[in-house]
Amino acid sequence: MKKIDLETAVGFFLLIGIFSLAYISVKLGRLEVLGNKGYEVYAEFEQVGGIKPGASVEIAGIAIGRVTGMRLNDYQALLSLEIDKGIKLQEDSIASVRTKGLIGEKYILITPGGSEKIIADGGKIRETESAIDTESLMSKYIFGKI
Amino acid sequence: MTLIEMTVCVRGIGERFLSLLKELGHMFIFLVNAVYTIFRPPFKFKMLLRQIRFMGSKSIVVILLTGSFTGMVLALQIYYTLRKFGSEAMLGPAVALSIIRELGPVLSALMVTGRAGSALTAEIGIMRITEQIDALTSMALNPVRYLVTPNIVAALIAFPLLTSIFDLIGIYGGYFVGVKLLGLSSGTYFSQMELFVSMEDIRVGLYKSLSFGVIVSWVCCYKGYFTSYGAEGVGKATTSAVVTSSVLILIWDYFLGSVLI
Repeated sequence: MKKIDLETAVGFFLLIGIFSLAYISVKLGRLEVLGNKGYEVYAEFEQVGGIKPGASVEIAGIAIGRVTGMRLNDYQALLSLEIDKGIKLQEDSIASVRTKGLIGEKYILITPGGSEKIIADGGKIRETESAIDTESLMSKYIFGKI
Repeated sequence: MTLIEMTVCVRGIGERFLSLLKELGHMFIFLVNAVYTIFRPPFKFKMLLRQIRFMGSKSIVVILLTGSFTGMVLALQIYYTLRKFGSEAMLGPAVALSIIRELGPVLSALMVTGRAGSALTAEIGIMRITEQIDALTSMALNPVRYLVTPNIVAALIAFPLLTSIFDLIGIYGGYFVGVKLLGLSSGTYFSQMELFVSMEDIRVGLYKSLSFGVIVSWVCCYKGYFTSYGAEGVGKATTSAVVTSSVLILIWDYFLGSVLI
């Protein structure tokens, strides 16, 4: 077998290594290399316990975007959501914080509305529904207030 | 115990501590010297390529082997634990996070220490006892530039890349066991993983592997550079280089892990 020369060996190693790094970063780390950004909308919630930046935004179980930022605005949680380009949200869509399974992670579910008007880039989803707090639900049940 | 015995004992402790401090200072000056020459031309580019081949290209096979089996055994063990709680779906994130954050950097650093670090110490040690280093010095050439700096730079390049190869192959090893052998659905494995692993975790793993690269190349070069004389001296230096780097890797991993959590 012909001996592999120095430059080939190093080049081969660098290519494999950089490929692995890029693959992991893009696939698992959601590093955005291409500027494939959607548009941004805002939504104000009373309670978003459990939502983290990067949580997915779904319609009917299909991921259509993710939470990009969250901050406190006038004692309400203001989330910025990045929505994929092709998806149009009606003005009366409802955004709600939901949980996958009993103890799964939190995500934002958007229920489409029937309005003709579409939310533009930088617009706001007005109808929101906060996280359901299982603990307070349970205590209500236990202490008989339901 | 008489007073004299006590003073001797105290003196012994003081002596040990001072010699430890002296050794640490010596090591640190050695590192500073090497880092200083990184930014000073002439650059020994050919030496750098040769060291990348030595540390990187030739370690690929051993990294592939250890990576795939680590991922496989992790998936196997975690699966049986998770099954008790009925949360097999978390297998993907558990395997990926433990590999990316901890096992990838640490195990690949340990493997490279055993494979390349020991050889490095022996090589430099033999150059020292056959007076080749002295020959370089007497020709007014800085031996650190030829022997140490290329190794540190090569380690800084090779370690993160080897770690990412380890991560990738480990995750697919876990996939093989979890999905093909234990019957988890392939979608669950990867989609849960994508949800729970963030860029932050990958960055932590990279910082770790960079710092391990410095530790391994630094300790191994230092031990070889200041070896004691004779064949026995080189043997001792090699053993101590491997032991010291491995212990330092594990200790440093804990501290870095607790800072970067």
